[in-house]
Amino acid sequence: MSLWKHHGKFERHSLLLVIGILVVVSIGGLVEIAPLFWLQSTIEKVEGVRPYTPLELAGRDIYIREGCYVCHSQMIRPLRDEVERYGHYSLAAESMYDHPFQWGSKRTGPDLARVGGKYSDGWHVDHLTNPRSVVPESVMPPYAFLKDKDLRQVDLGKKLIAMKRLGVPYSQEDIDKVLVDVEAQADPYSSDAVDLRKRYGAKVVNRDFDGDPSRVTEMDALIAYLQMLGAQVDFSTYHPDQTQNQR
Amino acid sequence: MSGHKPEKDDVTGVDTTGHEWDGIRELDNPLPRWWLWVFYASIVIAVIYWILMPAWPGISGYTHGVLGASDRTNVARAMDQLHAQRGKGAEVLKTASLEQIERDPDLQAYALAVGQSVFGDNCATCHGPGGAGGKGYPNLRDDIWIWGGTLEDIHHTLTVGVRSGDPNARMSQMPAFGRDGLLQQSQIDDLTEYVVQLSGRKANAVAASRAAPVFAEQCAVCHGPAGKGDPKVGAPDLTDNDWLYGAEPADIAGQIYNGRGGVMPAWGPRLSPETVKALAVYIHANAGGQDK
Repeated sequence: MSLWKHHGKFERHSLLLVIGILVVVSIGGLVEIAPLFWLQSTIEKVEGVRPYTPLELAGRDIYIREGCYVCHSQMIRPLRDEVERYGHYSLAAESMYDHPFQWGSKRTGPDLARVGGKYSDGWHVDHLTNPRSVVPESVMPPYAFLKDKDLRQVDLGKKLIAMKRLGVPYSQEDIDKVLVDVEAQADPYSSDAVDLRKRYGAKVVNRDFDGDPSRVTEMDALIAYLQMLGAQVDFSTYHPDQTQNQR
Repeated sequence: MSGHKPEKDDVTGVDTTGHEWDGIRELDNPLPRWWLWVFYASIVIAVIYWILMPAWPGISGYTHGVLGASDRTNVARAMDQLHAQRGKGAEVLKTASLEQIERDPDLQAYALAVGQSVFGDNCATCHGPGGAGGKGYPNLRDDIWIWGGTLEDIHHTLTVGVRSGDPNARMSQMPAFGRDGLLQQSQIDDLTEYVVQLSGRKANAVAASRAAPVFAEQCAVCHGPAGKGDPKVGAPDLTDNDWLYGAEPADIAGQIYNGRGGVMPAWGPRLSPETVKALAVYIHANAGGQDK
């Protein structure tokens, strides 16, 4: 075969080889990655998925900062054992506002894709402060310091702007009211929570997540984030057996 | 490395590549045949895979493959098989009343098995693997029930939760007598002695007697004049010497000061109705469940 003779040219010319590798890898990338940007069928049409509130977004950043993703995945795979234990398998739509997504594959601890609402705020405080006080066999490190750290809020507006540039539909009002929204969600008696719910959806709860009503701490933010994980999609309106939801 | 003209190697009779590294030349042998055929076979298998399985993305969709394989269909089928494996018990559990389940030994054994496994995954995180609870998390193995210990009570508590945010949740809120300035610290100290005395322990009788009118005025509404509590409003019995937030006088004073109340999630929206039933039967049977 004469084609194989040309292979010699690549073998003997390093620059040509590099260019050849780039071309081949780019084809793979184009075919596998590029269609995801326009294929409408990638993300299921579901009801209930909303952008994170500023407090939840701050909590998500603490989740990333503390490396929670190193031991916890947020992806229930469509396998019997996982669905039995954690609930409905994760949908692409559920992480469409995640930049970056937190799917992961390392499970030293359990999957957290549907941990929202499974435990009380008080349990999360106890567990994050000293995991072994509630789960004796746990190997999770304690994160007690989160209770003592005030949540850094000055750059939250900029975080929302960054998310908006990545395609998360925050309105200008959301960005302008970011500091009000943070205080509103961490205060069970806030009158601004009505407005927060009007913009972010009726399921947004305002509570004193960390049990310290005097200030907004990183513990507040992290628990606010954990308590909404996987609880957004209205599964009564989602039909997994429809053809467009099969894959 | 220096370039040479490819030449025949004297020993093997094979052409060389013409490369030379410090006097070492490279034979230009062809690829081993077995390797080459495995390589070609891989390409053929890939093409067959494209035809059979979902593979190529396109403009408005992707190729589904002639087998119509789908992970999501597979898991739905696996779940159906699982439910079939569980047999009649699962079906009966859906329609049977809680009393029927407890009366029928087979059904009860089934419900207990389901309850145990669900308890381990969902409840043990707070109430402990055996259900013995801990500070702030009620013990489910004893005879003491804040919201009532009959099958119906337990089932209802499981379904709606406690202060869970569910519209029908079990709600009670002890005032934070100290934090909100309803009582002076001296009154709280006296009340603590009074409550210690109620639980049948040694206390400062003088302080306790000072607190008696305060108790009647502030606490008796929920906990009852004798401090026996009322499961209808979720007021714990103060005379049984069993303490959710600690038995020490300092713990009791702290509770009067802060008025803590725990949250239990509502399991109705999270678990299937038959699972909640099984859990209620399990908790009722394993603890000192009340009969009426």
